[in-house]
Amino acid sequence: MADTKAKSGVLLDIRNLRIEATVYPPGEAPKNIVLVHDVSLTLEKGKVLGLIGESGAGKSTIGLSSMGYGRGGVRITGGEVLLNGRDILKGGKEGFRKLRGREVCYVAQSAAAAFNPAHRLMDQVVEATLLHGTATRAEAEKRAVALFKKLSLPNPETIGERFPHQVSGGQLQRVMTAMALCSEPDLIVFDEPTTALDVTTQIDVLAAIKDAIRDTHVAALYITHDLAVVAQVSDEIMVLRHGRLVEWGGTRQIIKEPRQEYTNALVSVHEIEHAEQKPGTAPFLSVKNVTAAYGGGHVKVLKNVSVDIYPGQTLAVVGESGSGKSTLARAITGLLPPEQGTVTFDGRPLANRLADRPKEDLRQLQMIYQMADVAMNPRQTVGTIIGRPLEFYFGMRGRARDRRVAELLDEIEMGKGFIDRYPAELSGGQKQRVCIARSLAAKPKLIICDEVTSALDPLVANGILKLLLNLQEHEKVAYLFITHDLATVKSIADSIAVMYRGEVVRYGSKSKVLTPPFDAYTDLLLSSVPEMEIGWLEEAIKGRRMASAGN
Amino acid sequence: MSSPILKLIAQRIALGILLLLAISVLIFAGTQILPGDVAQAILGQSATPESLANLRQQLGLNDPAYVRYFHWLGGVLTGDLGTAMSSGQDIATSIKGRLWNTLFLAFWAAIVAVPLAIILGLIAVRYRNGWLDKLISGLALASTSFPEFFVGYLLVYFFAVHWQIFPAISTVYDGMPFGERMQAIALPAAALTLVVLAHMMRMTRAAILNVMQSAYVETAELKGLSAFNVIRKHAFPNAIAPIINVVMLNLAYLIVGVVVVEVIFVYPGMGQYLVDHVTKRDVPVVQAVGLIFAAVYISLNIIADIAAIVANPRLRHPK
Repeated sequence: MADTKAKSGVLLDIRNLRIEATVYPPGEAPKNIVLVHDVSLTLEKGKVLGLIGESGAGKSTIGLSSMGYGRGGVRITGGEVLLNGRDILKGGKEGFRKLRGREVCYVAQSAAAAFNPAHRLMDQVVEATLLHGTATRAEAEKRAVALFKKLSLPNPETIGERFPHQVSGGQLQRVMTAMALCSEPDLIVFDEPTTALDVTTQIDVLAAIKDAIRDTHVAALYITHDLAVVAQVSDEIMVLRHGRLVEWGGTRQIIKEPRQEYTNALVSVHEIEHAEQKPGTAPFLSVKNVTAAYGGGHVKVLKNVSVDIYPGQTLAVVGESGSGKSTLARAITGLLPPEQGTVTFDGRPLANRLADRPKEDLRQLQMIYQMADVAMNPRQTVGTIIGRPLEFYFGMRGRARDRRVAELLDEIEMGKGFIDRYPAELSGGQKQRVCIARSLAAKPKLIICDEVTSALDPLVANGILKLLLNLQEHEKVAYLFITHDLATVKSIADSIAVMYRGEVVRYGSKSKVLTPPFDAYTDLLLSSVPEMEIGWLEEAIKGRRMASAGN
Repeated sequence: MSSPILKLIAQRIALGILLLLAISVLIFAGTQILPGDVAQAILGQSATPESLANLRQQLGLNDPAYVRYFHWLGGVLTGDLGTAMSSGQDIATSIKGRLWNTLFLAFWAAIVAVPLAIILGLIAVRYRNGWLDKLISGLALASTSFPEFFVGYLLVYFFAVHWQIFPAISTVYDGMPFGERMQAIALPAAALTLVVLAHMMRMTRAAILNVMQSAYVETAELKGLSAFNVIRKHAFPNAIAPIINVVMLNLAYLIVGVVVVEVIFVYPGMGQYLVDHVTKRDVPVVQAVGLIFAAVYISLNIIADIAAIVANPRLRHPK
């Protein structure tokens, strides 16, 4: 039977898959919820199927079902998973163990977390191969080194000697891909393999993965929430939502002619029109030649940074992780007193240290963070959270305060019904809205938004961006918008500062910054943002090589 | 070995020495606060004001406290722990044999207890929340909850009185053949093992369960490793630091906390020596034993710190 299947070329055939989990809501009886509703898919040998959807769509759950694995008590309760013609769900624990790491391998989102910090990379890369006895240690290591080379890792001969913490995140992600390929499986499940990487690193890893898939003829399930990324590597794309199939088709059809409204929303998610405002006459906040350092002056993270913020406008600060974006915010708010330079507000210098600033100055600068759920006290209701700045800055009490809280909830499009809810009862987008309301409650002149949309699904993030733009129009508040995502920048910024290794390398109005000629780094940054075009990856890599050769 | 790690280790050792000095001050000060002095204790009932004054002069008791402290410390550093008042014997000589006996007992108790505790901890994690886990945890807790004298007497009742396998009194002497010596310490070693087992076992279990949530454990499961190998190869090496800490605390307890067990089995170790001389108010002996116990405690904790540093690949192999 296996032979007939093999001839037809079908590797993985999932039929009416149903996956359930038991949840334990506090104070209620445990209940069963269905995570995946009767989803079917087939994957041919050597082909790549992209699974795409928001968090909670069931993409990882479906991907892991091909290995018979359920995270945290998740159970496969119905359907069949046919791999190489046999139903793996009937194989039992022993059967799963034989197939994991041999027929199907897994590449996790964060390789930095998925590698064991206690063992050398080589030992981990060849572990599955040795376990299943498909090669001797010497053969497996030779294979690994060849894969390191193919994935263009530096020092392929010796990188296996290293421990995970000695290797960068982008390199680890490639080592993890080598680990998956090392046991020569039929199928690899890539679970958001580039999501945790900087955009300039993502493109290299993506290209390496694509080449490796092509050259080894392995089939792959490629899971991601980023349609532009999946369009580069997949033959077909399956769109999922709430554990149900939305649309399944060839890559070109999905991104060019989506048939479902939801797919269309995903495809056009980044198209917010925002007309740039001309800078006013005078900035209300000026950062002048600020230098800041951690570790008692040893590690300089900001070098001579100067930017201006105009009333009611948005300055976007972009750069990779470690470029000093968040440190700039910490220097402005006084959390990290600058070593040199000044921050001027309304024509007078602000005290360097947070503790030396009067309450009025604190009120004028508010912050919103990336992780909304850890930025709120889980034991306080939404009403208390939003009401707190009203009491603290304006001394509002009782009914006056409640009225204002209700108004603020209206402004963030969330209605009065949420006043008595706790953060745990809110969705990710709602939590971020509450944080926005909390910062608005202080009636600040400037809100610093530190990667506020990075942890959110694209559509939800879009809603937050639109809300921020609306609020800016009504409240005339200015934003310092920190992000690594250039698409977000285009939607919201009036002026842009590009940061690289603690320095501002390009600064000016949005149109000026985004118009060529570019400096080398801005060019690299801009050309690395995935576009929803088939063949973009190859073009970008080619263009980049030329650019780097030209430099 | 690289220099940052050596620096860390040197720091730990220097801190330990400083701590030990501070403790020696405390021990010395503590014995000074007690009413009466050595001269009075030696002369006892026959003391006359003249003889007291004479003896104080002789012993240097009229010197200021810090002079006497440095005199005492100087003696300790050169291996002279002073003379026991009750017997007039040199403390260092009488302690040597006793310390050896205590270390011998602690060593064999540790040889059994540490691997047993860790293996039981691994098994408990493998079958977590199942009946085997609950049985192990329950038994271990019960053995710890019983006071050690009760455990000791239970052992004596069954193994010495009822079945007469092991002696009830653990007499050991110089030149005793190894086999007989082992037989003599079987019961006190078993009692000690039961007392320290649960603490180490539960810490092993908790530390490993903590890392079982990690992504790299999932990676190992998805390579097809068996549940026990996932724990042994991938979870345990990352849980080692807290486990070592608890193990060392318990080893220290095996040496300095054996007083009750030694008394029950009349074992000639440090604990019994200490109890004997506390009842006789023999201050120099109490000082000496206190200092040795403190030194043991501090050195084992330093070893735990160093082991935790060395077990951390980030420190062992810096970028």
